[in-house]
Amino acid sequence: MVAETLDELNLRERTCGIAPVGCSVLAYNYFNCDFLEAPHGRAPALATGFKRVRPDMIVFTYQGDGDLASIGMAEIVHSANRGEKFTTIFVNNAIYGMTGGQMAPTTLEGQITTTSPIGRNVQQTGQPVRVAELLSTLNTPAYIERVAVHTPQNIIGAKRAIRKAFAYQAAGTCFSLIEVLSTCPTNWGLTPDEATAWLQEKMTPYFPLGCFKSPESDEDSDGPV
Amino acid sequence: MARILMKGNEAIAEAAIRAGATNYFCYPITPQSEVAEYLVKRMPEVGGVFLQAESEIAVANMILGASCTGKRVFTSSSSPGISLMQEGLSYMAGSQLPCVVLNIVRGGPGLGGILPAQSDYFQAVKGGGHGDYRLLVLAPSTIQEAVDLTMLAFHLADKYRNPVMILGDGMIGQMMEPVEFPDSYSEPELPPKDWAATGASDRDPLIIRSLFLDPTTLEENSIILHKKYEQAKKEEIRFENYKVKPSNKVLIVSYGTMARICQTVIDDLEPEGYSVGLFRPISLFPYPEVALRKEATRKNIESVLVVEMSMGQMVEDVEKAVAGARPVNFFGRTGGIVPTPEEVKDQIKKLIKKKSRRGRPAKKRK
Amino acid sequence: MAQYEVTWAGFGGQGIMVAGQLLAYTGIEEGKQVVWIPSYGPEMRGGTAYCTVVVSDSRIGSPIINNPRAACVFNRPSFDKFGPKVRPGGLLLVNSSLITATTDRTDITQILLPANRIAIDAGSPKVTNIVMLGAFVGATGIVSYNHLKETLKVKLGKKKGLLEVNLKVLEEGYNRGKAESKGKLRA
Ligand SMILES: Cc1ncc(C[n+]2csc(CCOP(=O)(O)OP(=O)(O)O)c2C)c(N)n1
Repeated sequence: MVAETLDELNLRERTCGIAPVGCSVLAYNYFNCDFLEAPHGRAPALATGFKRVRPDMIVFTYQGDGDLASIGMAEIVHSANRGEKFTTIFVNNAIYGMTGGQMAPTTLEGQITTTSPIGRNVQQTGQPVRVAELLSTLNTPAYIERVAVHTPQNIIGAKRAIRKAFAYQAAGTCFSLIEVLSTCPTNWGLTPDEATAWLQEKMTPYFPLGCFKSPESDEDSDGPV
Repeated sequence: MARILMKGNEAIAEAAIRAGATNYFCYPITPQSEVAEYLVKRMPEVGGVFLQAESEIAVANMILGASCTGKRVFTSSSSPGISLMQEGLSYMAGSQLPCVVLNIVRGGPGLGGILPAQSDYFQAVKGGGHGDYRLLVLAPSTIQEAVDLTMLAFHLADKYRNPVMILGDGMIGQMMEPVEFPDSYSEPELPPKDWAATGASDRDPLIIRSLFLDPTTLEENSIILHKKYEQAKKEEIRFENYKVKPSNKVLIVSYGTMARICQTVIDDLEPEGYSVGLFRPISLFPYPEVALRKEATRKNIESVLVVEMSMGQMVEDVEKAVAGARPVNFFGRTGGIVPTPEEVKDQIKKLIKKKSRRGRPAKKRK
Repeated sequence: MAQYEVTWAGFGGQGIMVAGQLLAYTGIEEGKQVVWIPSYGPEMRGGTAYCTVVVSDSRIGSPIINNPRAACVFNRPSFDKFGPKVRPGGLLLVNSSLITATTDRTDITQILLPANRIAIDAGSPKVTNIVMLGAFVGATGIVSYNHLKETLKVKLGKKKGLLEVNLKVLEEGYNRGKAESKGKLRA
């Protein structure tokens, strides 16, 4: 979807993606733009460095929830707060995928993972982190939206959001983050169909879809799209 | 107790508990995830602490904090995670705090791979973080030894008030072997932990720190650390000789699981008439320098062959120990590729045929 | 028997790892040295998961075995990968329910065993690995059949119904393996 958008907006040839470690580390096999590999959690710092030096290029990070919301929390918060003009695609599957299904900051209460074998205990590990909401409390203008990709309608919505995010970046408007709720059947121990249902029934009530922040809502002006 | 079949990662985790380390902090990383997966279930049974942190940076500082209580603390990770812990480990060494860190090494640098490697030797034995300090480093080659050394590590950490590292690799972590745990755990008596922050009720307040702005005090602190390392060099040297005898023409030096492969090489070559011995350092810091020099300079030894799963790291310590008395050769594979017995045999046959040219031949690269 | 190595290979869910572990447990009961080492990481790609078990009377050196004395292969990719690796004089035990190919090597003994079929006939496709384990031990005698049965009772005894099926197919596998090898692989 990101690749499609880049082609539609005719940005591909001046785009650089940044994949940190996680299932997304293999992202560069699916894109035909330049790609950098970041240490775990640090993609927003690489993106900042890159974009500051080459503001004419389009830069996006593609990060998992363990990556962005755990080890990389500081980097994403400060990048958003500085208003770095890159785009983050944040894939929230409520678990650490690559490493075999450990608890992530976004793991739901009671959810079973290899490091919460009797279900996540929020007394001891806190409540699941809502990244989109958290970042939208920052004063710096940004575009932040949560989408999902488990149904055709949702995919259309996700596409629209991603397109908007890159348009903001192309216009040099603001930082943008699209949180994408997605499934991880393998580590959830579900079939793909069950996983789709689980996402709808369990994840969307806690992680509501929608736009949490846009530069227009901050400035009362029209955005580029 | 009976011998039970256990995966290395789990056996090490159990050993930590048996040694009284009921405080564990971690962050997921392959190939040592089983340590956490085992302890998340086991800690509640012993009333211990299990916490998955937000990063290895946090882990290192959590064990720093936990260690200040005087309780035994443990963490485990693999290469990239261990790199992130270096700042905390440097603070711990500087503040003279004990802890045990397990590094199940994977290929590097950078993100590298997840297969067995020994490419973190330098980082482990030369300090790792900033400042004048060392970790005590132990390298097991079997799972039973991993268990024994893990228990020992907690004792040494307290004895020297210094971080101790268990250096393993994916093989040690992933394979299963029979292990035996002692029925009851005992260790030589240690001095009371009067340095721990337990509350200033019947004593003056104390400060645990590594900041010494006055250069003389900082130097004094470094001298204290140095003296501890000198003491360790006298008291904590550990190594094993395998088929080391006067007839040996070649002495292999290898540690950890790699040494086991060399052991197979030696057994296979014996009936072919090649007399080869193996010197296996178990403590990598302090390094068994004197013992190695003695074995390497026996009359019939024509050359020394260092075999590592790296491009050549421990070989530098071997060269230092042998100090030019015999040619030191190196063979290694890296990136997760484990040298096969056949490859090592070829090296030895070449050495014996060549009557050992002087110096270190070009490292084999593939 | 000084040292014996056997690789178990198939796809995930075929009980490869468990078969190897049951053999290792039995070796321990007999006072032997054992190592069980799994494949992990990139090795897992291409439809083969595998583990190798080393059983020995003395201290075991290399845990990594490139040319085992036997391979028990459960699917075609495993057959292709490990068939050529078996040491001359060794055994290739083939799950012929899923593998139609046969090796043209003449320097090893090949045993074809319809393990899935036997398991299904006994009541559960899940016990395919136990059929293979029985046949392997029948053919090679690496551990004693009685000890192996004890291991199964201890390790798989929780589910009573399944244990009976397991013991039944173990015996069938054992008898077949023993008959097919004609005693020539016995250590
Ligand atoms: C410093 C460091 N710590 C740990 C790891 C191990 N590791 C690899 S990917 C990953 C996280 C995977 O989870 P997530 O970010 O949620 O992405 P997903 O795989 O679910 O897409 C971790 C912890 C690492 N590579 N580097």
